[in-house]
Amino acid sequence: MISRLFHRFVMHIDAFLMACLLFTLLASLFILYSASGQSFERVYAHGINIAVALSVLWLVANIPPNQLERIALPLYLLGVTLLIGVALFGTISHGARRWLNVGIIHIQPSEIMRIALPMMLAWYFAKREGKPKPSHFAFAGLLLAIPVALIMKQPDLGTSLLIAASGFFILFLAGLNWKFLLGVTTLLASLTPVFWSMLHDYQRRRIEILFDPTQDPLGSGYHTIQAIIAIGSGGSAGKGWLNGTQTQLDFLPERTTDFIFAVFSEEFGFLGNMMLLGLFSLIIIRGLVIASQAQSTFSRLLAGSITLTFFTYAFVNMGMVSGILPVVGVPLPLISYGGTSMVMLCLSFGILMSIHTHKKLVAT
Amino acid sequence: MGAELRNYLHEQYYFRLRLGFTALVVLSLFALLASRFYYLQVKQYNHYQTLAENNRISLIPIAPNRGLILDKSGVVLAHNFFVYTLEITPAKIKDLEATIAEISQFVEISPLDRKRFNKLRQESRNFESVPIRTHLNEVEAAKFAVNHYRFPGVEIKSRLFRHYPLGKLGSHMVGYIGRINDKDLANLEKSDDLSNYKGSDHIGKSGLEQFYENQLHGTTGFQQVEVDADGHAVRVLSSNAPIPGDNLILSADSKLQEIAETAFGDRRGALVAINPKTGEVLSYVSQPTFDPNLFVGGIDTENWKLLNDSLDKPLINRPLRGIYPPGSTFKPFVALAGLEAGKRTPPFAIHDAGYFSLPNSRHRYRDWKPSGHGIVDMQRAITISCDTFFYGLAMELGIEKLTSFVRHFGFGRKSDFDIKGEIEGLLPTPEWKMRRFKQPWYPGETVIVGIGQGYTLVTPLQLAQATAILANNGVAMKPHLVAQIQNSLTGKRHILPPVVQDTITLNPDNMDIVRRGMVDVTLPGGTAASIGANAGYSIAAKTGTAQVIGIRQNEKYNEHTINERHRDHALFIAFAPAEDPQIALAVVVENGGHGGSAAGPIARKVMDYYLLGKLPIAEAAKIDVKIPINATGNAATTTPPLVPEEELYD
Repeated sequence: MISRLFHRFVMHIDAFLMACLLFTLLASLFILYSASGQSFERVYAHGINIAVALSVLWLVANIPPNQLERIALPLYLLGVTLLIGVALFGTISHGARRWLNVGIIHIQPSEIMRIALPMMLAWYFAKREGKPKPSHFAFAGLLLAIPVALIMKQPDLGTSLLIAASGFFILFLAGLNWKFLLGVTTLLASLTPVFWSMLHDYQRRRIEILFDPTQDPLGSGYHTIQAIIAIGSGGSAGKGWLNGTQTQLDFLPERTTDFIFAVFSEEFGFLGNMMLLGLFSLIIIRGLVIASQAQSTFSRLLAGSITLTFFTYAFVNMGMVSGILPVVGVPLPLISYGGTSMVMLCLSFGILMSIHTHKKLVAT
Repeated sequence: MGAELRNYLHEQYYFRLRLGFTALVVLSLFALLASRFYYLQVKQYNHYQTLAENNRISLIPIAPNRGLILDKSGVVLAHNFFVYTLEITPAKIKDLEATIAEISQFVEISPLDRKRFNKLRQESRNFESVPIRTHLNEVEAAKFAVNHYRFPGVEIKSRLFRHYPLGKLGSHMVGYIGRINDKDLANLEKSDDLSNYKGSDHIGKSGLEQFYENQLHGTTGFQQVEVDADGHAVRVLSSNAPIPGDNLILSADSKLQEIAETAFGDRRGALVAINPKTGEVLSYVSQPTFDPNLFVGGIDTENWKLLNDSLDKPLINRPLRGIYPPGSTFKPFVALAGLEAGKRTPPFAIHDAGYFSLPNSRHRYRDWKPSGHGIVDMQRAITISCDTFFYGLAMELGIEKLTSFVRHFGFGRKSDFDIKGEIEGLLPTPEWKMRRFKQPWYPGETVIVGIGQGYTLVTPLQLAQATAILANNGVAMKPHLVAQIQNSLTGKRHILPPVVQDTITLNPDNMDIVRRGMVDVTLPGGTAASIGANAGYSIAAKTGTAQVIGIRQNEKYNEHTINERHRDHALFIAFAPAEDPQIALAVVVENGGHGGSAAGPIARKVMDYYLLGKLPIAEAAKIDVKIPINATGNAATTTPPLVPEEELYD
């Protein structure tokens, strides 16, 4: 009886993926304990976030993909409406208009878009029978551009670029023409100098500093420099848990959120970093396997996009903290403290599991 | 169905192809990250490890306690004590005016404090904390401490302050310390001492405080602490205690100093008393003096103006930097020059008719006694200060011989004293005059050098040192104020040995003539007979009067009608007991009139106390004949003979 109940409980959970996720989340509790200056309250709050996120994951995993397909369009429309609402009536905080006050709760519609846009595009391509024509891609591009432009206007460059990426992955996996891709890439590359010459001096300066933090060591470059020092001084084996001097003596900025990777790197060193990269690789490989085995166009495109978006978040975060990418506000998936992003991430993993565990049911 | 399946498989094939491509991209980008981590954490580990340690570890300097300055008998002339100061770091404050206004609700800040703060702020760098108030009492410190959180960038500090308990007494000797300015920093950098001043914000600015800076300062200690990003110390890793500076023990005595300074009353002038056998300076007076405590926390503009603009020039170190014509006090040295050169052998005498004239000239060099002294030999010439005798002697010796001889007594050169800023004075020569004025030397100029007038200029220290050399039979001891240097930790004293600077070979018979002439000065019939009266010991002395303004031919100098600041300077040199000198001194009283009556009594009081331990009678201090200053007192603007170094001849 109990084993049957347990079987029902876990039947839509992918064991391998879940194991990887749980291991990473467990590690995140320890990393956060160190990063927060040994604050149990922070760890407790993070634990609650994880619990909520895992519940969402379980719920979503139990929803068959065809039902998800059905809500793709309404969800997208809702998201765009809310984004317009934000642009018109949103509350301003930290100089950006990102939140919408709906009665008692504040919601951030851009977070909805993180999942709504790939679902919408996957749904759109699934509706087109056969090989998609260039006009389909053009229309998909439009569907992508609307929310991205709205989020960029908030302004939230980091989120808008990552949402654009999640949409682009769908387009690419749906078979976007190689020649077209190559053409656009070369066009953009050749336009860069023109674009550069159109910028004001101060804008150029900001971009220069973005790519080379040492140019402004006491200003905006300070955070990156301190993060790089933390990583480098971690050495091959790390300074040990709770022993990172950059972390414990407050030299690291944003160390529970965007820069938590520097904390991990300082205390666990190159070996720790390799283990984390390995863990992330396992999750990504599992995601790609799920995508490749998915049976419907919708689910394979969506699974591919979710996996690659996860990769993108991880890569951009680690890249920016270690100084090879400019600093854009992107959390490290599964590790950084933050409720909304944790829930959205687990929701997307729930979709992956749903796709994987429901495929026998839809097969004829 | 078949076509659909084929279509499906086809679609899946292309999808997997693309998925494979993305997998490659993912792997290569992760490899890129891995190589970045390898570069940072393995290849560049040492570099970043050093940076992290530099972030974490901070060296906090601990300033050493400055050495004390004590007089001969252990009376403290300079020491240190802790005071609370309220300090502002301007760089950390947005609106300075508003902050100061707010602070003044808790701690009283006077306009004087504000002025001093503004002055200090200009002198210091923006990130340094500058005191807005010093000497906070416990209540004020507590009041501010409670409200401290409201004022980031404002702190209460406990600072070691220098204090001079005797205030004005001997301030030109002791000197003072002040805040380190850019010039001091440049000097420290040049001498490689900058690191030793990391924790110090004061440095010796004048007097012994300046000269013995190296001994007094001590060695800065360091504390290695772990700091957080805001610079707050988290824990101490290691520490290296500072070594306090050495104490200075002077040869001067504060009681003697007090007697000498009191004897001056409100007159300007200088006194230097030296032990001729050791070169130890027993008293060093520059009048008027100032309170060195004003300078320690940074002097405010009002007090500075008061001191700097005063006609009395209290800031000038007169014994070192006051230059005066030696007048008749020069005569014993000219006499010795004549005797040693064989120009005046004992039975020689002149008949003084009250003037001297050069051959073929009608110009009369007048004696101070218009009727003349009659028959005068060398010994008597000194005793009665016969000008005519020395006019002729100087003429016969010639300027070169005269100056080259007296130069051995320290005139016209620095005496290597232990206070900085000494002026050379001037012994004129024809070459010097040609260089300076592009004019030849006239014989008449030689004549007046014989009585210490003309271009000749001496400092009181030089005059005292020359007297000491005379008293010590030609052996020149290096004059110095510090007798011992004491290690403040062990208490061990290092006694500075007497140093022979120069030895002049003198014929004892000649010395005897000069000494007897000088002893007679203080005996009945001498120019300072009153000074020797009832002394109980023999005094060899010489009076002097130096003209401040020239008196034209046939014009009569009248002390009573002339402006006070144009009045003659009174000079007096002496050593006693004459047969075995223990003390040699020189006194200058600016615009004091005659040397015997104005400067002599001061010298007597000093000698009385030093030789007999006799304290002066209170009334006796008031021998000064008060002469009413001209009603048009504002005419008294002639610069005193205190010429800044750069304006000196040569």
